[in-house]
This record gives sequence, C-alpha cells and structure tokens, in this order.
Amino acid sequence: MSLVVKDLIVDHGAIRAISGVSFTVETGKLSAVIGANGAGKSTLLRTLSGLNKATEGTAHWGDHNLLHGKPESHVRSGVSHVSEGKSVVAELTVEENLDLGALWRRNKKEAAETKQQVVELFPRLGERLEQRADTLSGGERQMLAIGRALMSKPNLLLLDEPSLGLAPLVIEQIFQTIRGIVDSMGLTVVLVEQNAMGALKIADTAVVLNLGNVATSGSAADLIADPAVRAAYLGY
Amino acid sequence: MIQFFNMLLIGIGAGSIYALMAIAMVLVWRSTRVINFAQAGMALLSTYIGFELVQRTGNFWIALPLAMVLGAVVSALVEILLIRTLIKHSTTGPVAGIVPIIATLGLLGLIRAIIGMIWGNQDIQIQPPLSKVGFKIGDETIALSPMNLLVLLTVLGMVLVLGFIFQKTSLGLSLRASAYSPEIAQLAGIRVGMIRTIGWAIAGAAGAAAGLLQTVNGTGVVSPDSLEFSLLLTFGFIAAVIGGLESLPGAVLGAVVLGLVLAAVQIYISGTLVFMVAFALLLLVLLVRPQGFIGAKAGRRA
Repeated sequence: MSLVVKDLIVDHGAIRAISGVSFTVETGKLSAVIGANGAGKSTLLRTLSGLNKATEGTAHWGDHNLLHGKPESHVRSGVSHVSEGKSVVAELTVEENLDLGALWRRNKKEAAETKQQVVELFPRLGERLEQRADTLSGGERQMLAIGRALMSKPNLLLLDEPSLGLAPLVIEQIFQTIRGIVDSMGLTVVLVEQNAMGALKIADTAVVLNLGNVATSGSAADLIADPAVRAAYLGY
Repeated sequence: MIQFFNMLLIGIGAGSIYALMAIAMVLVWRSTRVINFAQAGMALLSTYIGFELVQRTGNFWIALPLAMVLGAVVSALVEILLIRTLIKHSTTGPVAGIVPIIATLGLLGLIRAIIGMIWGNQDIQIQPPLSKVGFKIGDETIALSPMNLLVLLTVLGMVLVLGFIFQKTSLGLSLRASAYSPEIAQLAGIRVGMIRTIGWAIAGAAGAAAGLLQTVNGTGVVSPDSLEFSLLLTFGFIAAVIGGLESLPGAVLGAVVLGLVLAAVQIYISGTLVFMVAFALLLLVLLVRPQGFIGAKAGRRA
C-alpha cells in the first residue's frame, strides 16, 4: 500500500488552488507537506479525504480511489483526516468525541480496545473523559482530534496543521507523539504544516508546495540541507 | 388558591403539547438549518391519518403510534425529495439560505389543499379515548381530566425516550455531532445525510403526536384550514425560539414557560390578550436574551 497522487488539479470556483501536484508516500512513512499560506496544503488534504472535489488527476491509497466517494466512506477504507483548527466537536464530551470516531465500527469490543490504546497514548484525555471538549487546552484538543481519528483505526492519517496556535513546548510534544504513532502503529501519515522546521525534523519525506505546485520534494533530511528550502521556508 | 392551581394545570397541559411541536422544529433546525413552517401541515396530515386509523381500528392508542410512524415517513420523504435538493441548489444568489424555508411555507399550503381533496373541507371529529370531565377534589372540579392526565403522561414519556436516545445511544451521538459539526461528524465516518433524514423523521413523529393529542385534548374537531393547527405552529415556534432553537431541553422549557404565561393571562387578565402576550414574550426574549433560555454561545464554530 502506498499513497500515490498524480497530476492532481483542484479548483475553488474560478481559482485554481492546486495545479498538477504529484507525489508518493510509501506505507509506514511520515511525509510532511510544507509551504506558505495559500500554497494549497489544506486543499490537498481536503481533496484526499473527500471534503473537496478534484477537477482532474488521480489519487489512490493502495487500490482505493480517494477521489471517488464521500469522507464517511473513506474512513471505512482506513483513511482518517484531522482537519485544520483542532477538529473536535466542542459541545460533546471528550469521551463522546472519541466514541464518535468508532461509531461506524461493527466490532464494539475492538473499538473499546482502541479507546484503551488511545487513552494510554494520551493519558491527559483519560483524566478528562467526562469534560466537554471546549474546556480543554489547545494542546489537549489537538490530542483529542488525533485520538478521535485513531478511533477509526486508520492506516492512512491526514493531519492538517496540528501545531496551529500551540505553545512551542506543546508543539514539540505533539510532533513527538505523531512520530511515535508512525513508529509504533505502522501508520502512514501525511502531515501538512506551516511550521516547516518542526515538521521536517520528524518526517521521512517531504513535499514543498508553492502556489498550488510542487516546488521540490525528497527526503526530509535532504530538504533541511537544501539552501533554497532553508532560505524560503526555514528562515535561515 | 384553586384558581392558581388550575392555572398551573392548564399551563403545563398546553405547554406539553407546544413542547412536542417545539421539539419537532428544533430537530429540523438542528439537522438542516431550516425553519419548517410546513410542520403544522405535516402534523395536520398525521392527524387526519390518525383519524382514519381510529375509524378503522376503533382504538386511539393503536392509532397514535401508527400515525407517528407514518408522520415520520412523510417527514423523511419531504427531506429526501424536497429539502435536500433545495439546500444543494440554494448555495448562491440573493435568497440562497432562505429558499428551503420559503419552500416549507409553500408546502404548508400544498398539504392543506391535498388534505381538502382527500377528506373534504368539512370538519371531521375524533372521539377522545377518555373522559374530559375534570377530577374532583372535595367539591371543586379541577382543570385536569383523565384525558389531560394521559396527554401529560404520554408527552412526558416521549420526552424521556427522546432524551434517552439523544444522550445515551449511538444514534443520539450521531445526531448531536452532525448538528454541531457536520464536517467533523463526516470525517469521523458518520453518514451525515442519513442522520439528517432521521432527524426529520423524529420531528415528523413528534409533530404527529402533537397534532393528534392536541385534537383529542381540545375540541376533537379538525378541518384542513384548522385554526388550532396554525396556533400550534405559532406557539411551538415561539417556544422553540425562546428555548434557544438549538436545545431540546430548551424547547421543553420554552414550551412550559409559554404555556404557563398564557394560562396566567387567560385566567387573571383576559383570554383576548393571549396572542399579544405570546408575541410580546417572543420579542422580549429576543431583545433581552437572543440566544434563548438554553441557547448556544455566540460565535459558535461551524
């Protein structure tokens, strides 16, 4: 299984948000998608999870066509998306948010086991199961959003700016957790980030988007060393 | 003293039926962001279906649940055949957001006309299943009859069942998540389209119960242009709005408050002021507490 995106074009009305993007992510790898505001990063993820419609091109996860069908069917094929801005339902409790991700799963015993794993991964959530999600701190909300996605037992996880609006220490913690998820659960992760340095440090490979095009791509280590990438995205 | 006690009984009795209507409006609003003015028409149709079922089975307590099921089916079909398409097509243009709401007004007229075609425009009469003579305490007859009591208990039962479904079941969690954040619900794997239809179906069942119970609790007489059903819609709508429009407990609270206020006006001041007070209460709540008794916070996230 690998994620293969080929010549993807996405339009927002008259505006072309993504104009011919191709890249591949091997299974079990963490790939960062970095780039400035408006480069099309979020649109790319939203298209892969079925929230946005593609104009042209193809995108497959293994033999599952990501450009066909709604988000709720992609979830059933192992693709979970954590959308931008702490994607939790503020009015529900922490536990309800977690349960939400597993409602579609038939095997309730397995779902309960997954919840146990998620709570072990994020003990802070375990202590706050009865609290409403809008009482959590920014970092805890992001953990809850990732936890909710894990409850669907994905093998491809799409993360949109998990560092957004968080304190540096918390960002570090979230990034380490994401790396840990990839290493321990064998998940494949596409991580969209404005925090380019933080993302590149934990990623295996990376794609740099600029105005809807792939500016450059390669192994994360190579990109960190690339003077052009350093100047444009890492700020030194 | 007995007058005050009667006021409470009348207020809570009327409020309980407004509550069912308000619940129906809130459920539709939460699932599709539509104010369903056709709710009165759908309740009226269910009441006629109930009338037909009472005729055939001779038993009101069989007719009521059957009419609720059929009311749910009608409501679900309205969502699938009409509202879904209208919402899809009304994303641009000057009247974009309100097209489905205007359509429900059209549907209200259409349903009344269809009822007239099928059952005729004359009044029909549904026999109350129980006595409507008030209980006696000592020498005083109080404003609570066996019929009133059963209506109250039936509504209470329905509210408790709905509360259980919403708070304790997977379906309830899906309904709540889809109402608050449809996109996140979708990303979590919930079939939001189907959940919307189920929201409409439950609303249809609640509306059917409101229509039938109000009819047997009141005069027992209905016609296609029934004033009682227009009032039911108006008071249900006011109750839903003052309750916050987002919350089921809010709808019930709004309905009981409205019922009590109107009963007080009727008993202590004058029956002719009931309308004025109902609308004044609506305006007052909108001015002072626009989010309603139990409304969502301002700036709710999408």
